[in-house]
Amino acid sequence: MTLTEKLRERISRAFYSHGLLCASYPIPIILFTGLCILACCYPLLKLPLPGTGPVEFSTPVKDYFPPSPDVVSQQGDPSERPDWYVGAPVAYIQQIFVKATVSPWQKNFLAVDVFRSPLSRVFQLVEEIRNHALRDSSGVRSLEEVCLQVTDLLPGLRKLRNLLPEHGCLLLSPGNFWQNDRERFNADPDIIKTIHQHEPKTLQTSATLKDLLFGLPGKYSGVNLYNRRRVVSYTVTLGLQRYDSRFLSSLRSRLKLLHPSPNCTLREDSIVHVHFKEEIGIAELIPLVTTYIILFAYIYFSTRKIDMVKSKWGLALAAVVTVLSSLLMSVGLCTLFGLTPTLNGGEIFPYLVVVIGLENVLVLTKSVVSTPVDLEVKLRIAQGLSNESWSIMKNMATELGIILIGYFTLVPAIQEFCLFAVVGLVSDFFLQMLFFTTVLSIDIRRMELADLNKRLPAEACLPPAKPASRSQRYERQPAVRPATPHTITLQPSSFRNLRLPKRLRVIYFFARTRLAQRLIMAGTVIWIGILVYTDPAGLRTYLTSQVTEQSPLGEAGLPPMPVPGGVLPAGDPKIDLSVFPSDPIQLSENQTQQREQQAGLETLTEVTWGAEDEEIWRKLSFRHWPSLFSYYNITLAKRYISILPAIPVTLYLNPQEALEVRHPQEANRYHPFLSSTGGKLSAEAQPDQTSSRLHGHRDVTLYKVAALGLASGILLVLLLFCLYRLLCPKNYGQNGLSHSRRRRGDLPCDDYGYSPPETEIVPLVLRGHLMDIECLASDGMLLVSCCLVGQIRVWDAQTGDCLTVIPKPRLRRDSSGIFDYQESWDHSPDGKNGLDDSFESSHQLKRMLSPPQPPLFCDQPDLTSLIDTNFSEQVKVAQSEPRLRAVGGRQKEAGYDFSSLVGKVYEDEEGGCGGRRRSLGDESLSGFDKSSPLPSWGGDFESSVWSLDLQGNLIVAGRSNGKLEVWDAIEGTLRSSNDESQSGITALVFLNNRIVAARLNGSLDFFSLETHTSLNHLQFRAGLSPAVPICLDVGVLGCLCSPLILSSAPRLLTSASRGPQVFRLEDSCCLFTLQGHSGAITAVYIDQTMVLASGGQDGAICLWDVLTGSKVSHMYAHRGDVTSLTCTTSCVISSGLDDVISIWDRSSGIKLYSIQQEMGCGSSLGVISDNLLVTGGQGCVSFWDIGYGDLLQTVYLGKSNESQPARQILVLENAAIVCNFGSELSLVYVPSVLEKLD
Amino acid sequence: MAENDAKPTLPKKSGPYISSVTSHGMNLVIRGIVLFFIGVFLALVLNLLQIQRNVTLFPPDVITSIFSSAWWVPPCCGTASAVIGLLYPCMDRHLGEPHKFKREWSSVMRCVAVFVGINHASAKVDFANNIQLSLTLAALSIGLWWTFDRSRSGFGLGVGIAFLATLVSQLLVYNGVYQYTSPDFLYVRSWLPCIFFAGGITMGNIGRQLAMVSVEGGLTAF
Repeated sequence: MTLTEKLRERISRAFYSHGLLCASYPIPIILFTGLCILACCYPLLKLPLPGTGPVEFSTPVKDYFPPSPDVVSQQGDPSERPDWYVGAPVAYIQQIFVKATVSPWQKNFLAVDVFRSPLSRVFQLVEEIRNHALRDSSGVRSLEEVCLQVTDLLPGLRKLRNLLPEHGCLLLSPGNFWQNDRERFNADPDIIKTIHQHEPKTLQTSATLKDLLFGLPGKYSGVNLYNRRRVVSYTVTLGLQRYDSRFLSSLRSRLKLLHPSPNCTLREDSIVHVHFKEEIGIAELIPLVTTYIILFAYIYFSTRKIDMVKSKWGLALAAVVTVLSSLLMSVGLCTLFGLTPTLNGGEIFPYLVVVIGLENVLVLTKSVVSTPVDLEVKLRIAQGLSNESWSIMKNMATELGIILIGYFTLVPAIQEFCLFAVVGLVSDFFLQMLFFTTVLSIDIRRMELADLNKRLPAEACLPPAKPASRSQRYERQPAVRPATPHTITLQPSSFRNLRLPKRLRVIYFFARTRLAQRLIMAGTVIWIGILVYTDPAGLRTYLTSQVTEQSPLGEAGLPPMPVPGGVLPAGDPKIDLSVFPSDPIQLSENQTQQREQQAGLETLTEVTWGAEDEEIWRKLSFRHWPSLFSYYNITLAKRYISILPAIPVTLYLNPQEALEVRHPQEANRYHPFLSSTGGKLSAEAQPDQTSSRLHGHRDVTLYKVAALGLASGILLVLLLFCLYRLLCPKNYGQNGLSHSRRRRGDLPCDDYGYSPPETEIVPLVLRGHLMDIECLASDGMLLVSCCLVGQIRVWDAQTGDCLTVIPKPRLRRDSSGIFDYQESWDHSPDGKNGLDDSFESSHQLKRMLSPPQPPLFCDQPDLTSLIDTNFSEQVKVAQSEPRLRAVGGRQKEAGYDFSSLVGKVYEDEEGGCGGRRRSLGDESLSGFDKSSPLPSWGGDFESSVWSLDLQGNLIVAGRSNGKLEVWDAIEGTLRSSNDESQSGITALVFLNNRIVAARLNGSLDFFSLETHTSLNHLQFRAGLSPAVPICLDVGVLGCLCSPLILSSAPRLLTSASRGPQVFRLEDSCCLFTLQGHSGAITAVYIDQTMVLASGGQDGAICLWDVLTGSKVSHMYAHRGDVTSLTCTTSCVISSGLDDVISIWDRSSGIKLYSIQQEMGCGSSLGVISDNLLVTGGQGCVSFWDIGYGDLLQTVYLGKSNESQPARQILVLENAAIVCNFGSELSLVYVPSVLEKLD
Repeated sequence: MAENDAKPTLPKKSGPYISSVTSHGMNLVIRGIVLFFIGVFLALVLNLLQIQRNVTLFPPDVITSIFSSAWWVPPCCGTASAVIGLLYPCMDRHLGEPHKFKREWSSVMRCVAVFVGINHASAKVDFANNIQLSLTLAALSIGLWWTFDRSRSGFGLGVGIAFLATLVSQLLVYNGVYQYTSPDFLYVRSWLPCIFFAGGITMGNIGRQLAMVSVEGGLTAF
């Protein structure tokens, strides 16, 4: 034993015991695993939530110097200093915060006057700033030297070219709207329009041009027509390259000197550094989304393979949970050991999942599921685990090796990824072994329990009372899945979708996935999310403030709130000020209004500086600065800017000035400003309304858009709902009472509740048998049936006429035969054969037909007279009735079948002519073979026909008393018989001139049929145990049905309790005995491809390769016996005593789906073509598409309500089906279904 | 279990829809088209990844940046991937050794994900020097082959494709037909063969899976 093998065995043993443990104590182990996961994820709580919000850090202005680019050499308190505070910032932002008002305000002023003259002062201010220069000992320093020089705008921003500075200082002011040209401003008739012309029409999330130039949120600017405060605010924003404290302080002091702000409380002691995270743009999002799509496709294709379990979705979920929680665990563990993740989690996550993979989980499931079902759950789990242990370990070792190689690339990013992947792999293995295995064991145990609960007794083939079957049938779909563990009906929907018409398929898809509803829901949620997010007073500000508070030193930036005591009305909530510092207008408005009360006609407006003006840039969108810099192709991602304390500037303008700058057109356009005294009362009465009106132009459009969107969304929902109701009138998912079923109630339907079109075809009903029909055989032209009493009838498979009746011999002298006879005539489908017609027509026909075919009808004349007497005096012909009837039947057939068939047969078998003649000549039935003496009829009284076969026009019947008879199908004459053995013949095969009969005692007799219709017996004793029970032998003889193979290598198959045996037909030589079934064989199938299928009493199906005798696959198919088995080129179709028809993939042995049959119809199935399956039901037959498992059509046969179950279905070559409904046969042509398919 | 010892599957006969699809020429064309579009899509996405590294950080317009390279590059990639994807199963058939290793869609998806990941790494991770980049990418590519292909013919074809494609792209660049956006020329040259190799393996994997699916008559499985 090599080392590998030793290792392998040890691993396998360890896994085995581990599996036993897991399956024995599932609940404690799951709890333990859950605790482990939680414990490992605990460190994650300390991690900050990922987000793209900016982070702040503030330093005092006093002795500020830019941080050195080197991390190590930094002095100071490292704990307070964030990692990113390294090197010089991208820019220093200096804002000059201007508040201007016209004072005193006169009543006859226009609304535009509020902002026109204050805005006009910006040009002067900008000029002052631009021309400011510091003169000191080192020379003259102008703004040009310290400011941030910007270059071209990005090529896509041509339209902003005139508005944003290029090739110079980054200096932004509202004056940029007019290219910093006062003349343009004065000539501008409509300021508001100019300002808003670049506002986006729709919703926006990033900073707009107005925000950029004003330097503060639009609603604070006061540039609108409803400004009651009459204070206009704007900023002049200055980007600085270097920090020159002396220059800046000189600028500050000069501006303060020029425009003093006496009551200003702005703090000027700290610089705030804002660090921006890496942004995810759409360009980056596309690859990310692609990877996620690939990831989901991977997960989908993986979990789709989970099969043969109780709850597919449950296990798929468990698999995904395993992978995800192992990732979380790995992150948590890495954090615990001090490895903080620096990689972008969202980006590497798909790759991690792909590396860790779902494969092991699937392999485990498959391995466990493929263990024998009859084992105990514990053992199954253990066995499955240990089967796969080696491959799991090997895979894991390989992956670890690959990752190890990756680790030695020495690239930090890859190393980090590898580290995570290693921890993830190990934790994934841990979870697989403990969590998933246990979940699997629980699942399998549930399945077993469900089996036990629903298990039918093995002999439950007797049909229950009608209502019971009805109810069972009614809830068929729901009941199937729990009842039979293997009945995972029609798993992948892709199997099924192709068959329905396209229109229906689309609708079903919509209905099934509720796609429309979900899309609308998702759309609405996104819509609301966007609304909430973009609402200026809403979530965004809240988030920004939260981010600010979260930042370590952000608190320092927020000064204590100076509450203007006494001024505030009592009802004004203070909390608004602390959390939402976004409502300053109301506050100031109150102040203003109170002042206004004292003032009279001429209102004196005073500019106030409050807490709300503190660091006004905070109220800007957090994308304000990044978007500003991005216009110049400067990224702020992973970099920071330093914002210097703003310089307050207060401007008072006298009314004269305001009147001077007024544009001539404005006087006409605008009415005088709303009188403050008139509006005051209403303003105080409805403060909410006023404030909402104050929000102005932008917000009104926003709400309009929101309302419009909501309305249209609701309308869309309603519309789609109506469409949905219109298109899908059925109640999906409610398989209950409301389902519109037909009067027969129980249409089989598929998962969607789709009831296929049902049609009523009037079948040819072949009546005549008194008892239940037991055997059926056909060769396409003729159909032979035999009932319990032993009467054999030959029917024309095309027209459904009864050609011949071969009675049970006992009936010969039975008076009831008359009745039988009568019946047969009465029910003859062809009216021509009625008593009256045939009376005369037979004469004519006979004369017409007799001359051209003299040799055939050489001895007919006396017969016709007999027939005549028969027809006229029915009661008296009791003695000769059977014989005559047979002849009559034959005569009748010859009457309109034009006897081409008959003629050919006669030519072929001229040797039999003598015998026929003799038998016809005799009164009694004497057409027996010369070799066999005429048996006494007494011995046949108890005999019934157990098996039938048909070839050409010869019927071979095997009787229960061991007698083998060969009948002429057309004439109803016995050609030969053999009764050497007394053991009943249970199965027959008739091929070429060989007849193989399987007997009850287990022997297999080979006969050869000479042209003179004698049977030469070549008995071959198969080495079977003599005491084979009857039920085992019935119908276990199959053969090759294709003449092509027969000519080359005919083989024959029989079976015994120990496995199928394969014989060669030519020389009766036993080729193989196929070992593998644990019970007796109950069904076999063989075809041209030399694949043999056998089903046994144990419910198992084996596929064998007949050429080599090796087992190809082995499936556990049914509870109870496999009753019939057939194959198409791609599928194996089996039915069992459990009334389930299962369809298997032939090559892989995987179950595709199964069909629950009605009670008693379990074995009635037939394959019409390669993709059309027909199954029998209660008075109906259903057609299925084999490939996709779709129910195509259900055909009700006859209108009677007392329909019998279809016990047997025989498919004829010409697309006809013969169904055995008790004592009746139905001959159905299904051209419509076939047309659709082929 | 049963799958492993099953005989090689017989060509399934299937419904009219599929059988029309599986007629040989038609099938080939459909496969080619699918592969072509996959190739175009991957080319665009990966191009975007490279753009992020090399060109503007704030592309004024996403659409223009997607199509920023020459217009004929994505169709060329699509055609190449169609050829490769058809070549692999064809070669398998001629060599008489059908590719049996991990023939599942989930594995193919995994392969595509790893391929995108390799591209992602080459675009996003900063390497110390180009040799390191080359070595890392080569190791990753070989790992890709070992994990998802493991056939000698696949390896050979992949190497051939990588060599040929690199040669063609270099010739194009030398003749001035095409230019890299990156000023760092060596950088591009160091990852190009590895990316081509990995791409060849990936497209071959997809092509083989598509071929198998259509042989089994189950475009449904797609």
